[in-house]
Amino acid sequence: MTETTPQALRAEALESLLVEKGLLDPATVDQVIVQYNERVGPMNGARVVAKAWTNPEFRKRLLADGTSAIAELGLEGAQTDKLVVVENTSDVHNLVVCTLCSCYPWAVLGLPPKWYKDPAYRSRVVREPRKVLEEFGVALAGDKAIRVWDSSAEVRYMVLPEPPADGRGLSEAALAERVTRDSMIGVEIL
Amino acid sequence: MDGIHDLGGKYGYGPVIRETREPVFHDRWEAKVFAIMRGASAAGAVKNTDQFRHAVERIDPVAYLTHGYYGRWLGGLETLLVEAGLVSQANIGSRVAELGGDPAAGIAARPAKHPDIVAYEPLAAHSYRSLQAPPRFRVGDRARTRATPIGGHTRLPAYARGHTGWIARSHDGWVFPDSNAHGRGENPQHLYTVAFAGETLWGAEAEPGLTVHLDLFESYLEGP
Repeated sequence: MTETTPQALRAEALESLLVEKGLLDPATVDQVIVQYNERVGPMNGARVVAKAWTNPEFRKRLLADGTSAIAELGLEGAQTDKLVVVENTSDVHNLVVCTLCSCYPWAVLGLPPKWYKDPAYRSRVVREPRKVLEEFGVALAGDKAIRVWDSSAEVRYMVLPEPPADGRGLSEAALAERVTRDSMIGVEIL
Repeated sequence: MDGIHDLGGKYGYGPVIRETREPVFHDRWEAKVFAIMRGASAAGAVKNTDQFRHAVERIDPVAYLTHGYYGRWLGGLETLLVEAGLVSQANIGSRVAELGGDPAAGIAARPAKHPDIVAYEPLAAHSYRSLQAPPRFRVGDRARTRATPIGGHTRLPAYARGHTGWIARSHDGWVFPDSNAHGRGENPQHLYTVAFAGETLWGAEAEPGLTVHLDLFESYLEGP
């Protein structure tokens, strides 16, 4: 699919000018598409979560120092100087946002979905997270604490969701299949 | 700066609209914008993330709300590429016309006539800078955010200004975006996660049990 919106044409124009000046390799766009479709995405975070659910020592390390713990799985790189993992429990629900731009833990979740970057989520979730969660189909108990993490510097946040109630006894790999991107942002309960 | 990007707590943006089976890139042009970012960084037009974020904050505010994430990036990148003298808006317009488009349509970029001179020599690949000086606040301390607006780039959102919270985490030193974005040096400062009770930020309207955390630089904070 190729769009001809004003933005699409302007991007095309800018890209072709930079390529002509030798400032951009025309192969870069395909590299970007492969990188973020195949290598850097929520499947990485799902591996981290499933390991934490099945390995209590790893879970402890992940909550104490997320950056070092994800490096154990070979996950490093773009946009993650420091990763803080916050844990959902029966008493606490965590949610991640960036109100000023769209900061997101790329190393574990890849590129953010459109709604995460749109004004509605960014404006509302620091003020009325319960209402936003209801729109996502998540009803929280009235006495549950809600912690919202507004990523206003270079620290990146990921939610460690509670495991699914019917996940007991599943292997780490099978559990990883059950972890969703939205549960690691904090807008879904598994 | 108090720009359109500072969205926290604002009203009127409606429900959160989700796409089913959303692709990573909706169209090839979005990935092209990503590629342009790499080219613009390698060519020295984008010096650092803070400068780029500020370029996005400076685009046309109507475009900010309507062009989407990659449209905002495109506006920021065009701004910085023009300011660096690598392309001109006339060049881009002519090329758009050659491609069959309207050269006057969809321009989000707002290059400044006299842009900041960002002479950036990063000391390290990332923004973490361990500091010798001890942090002014300890975990558990109360701290109050400055109440007045900050011109230029800043990472203190308007909704968190002038409020008292407590230090939840301490992160050592980090490059200070407010100066780094403008080419005034890294000036690393201690960074803290500061927690605010929902009632502190939103008063009687606050939802029950809410705590909002922000990562804030030491110079945004005063003692209680």
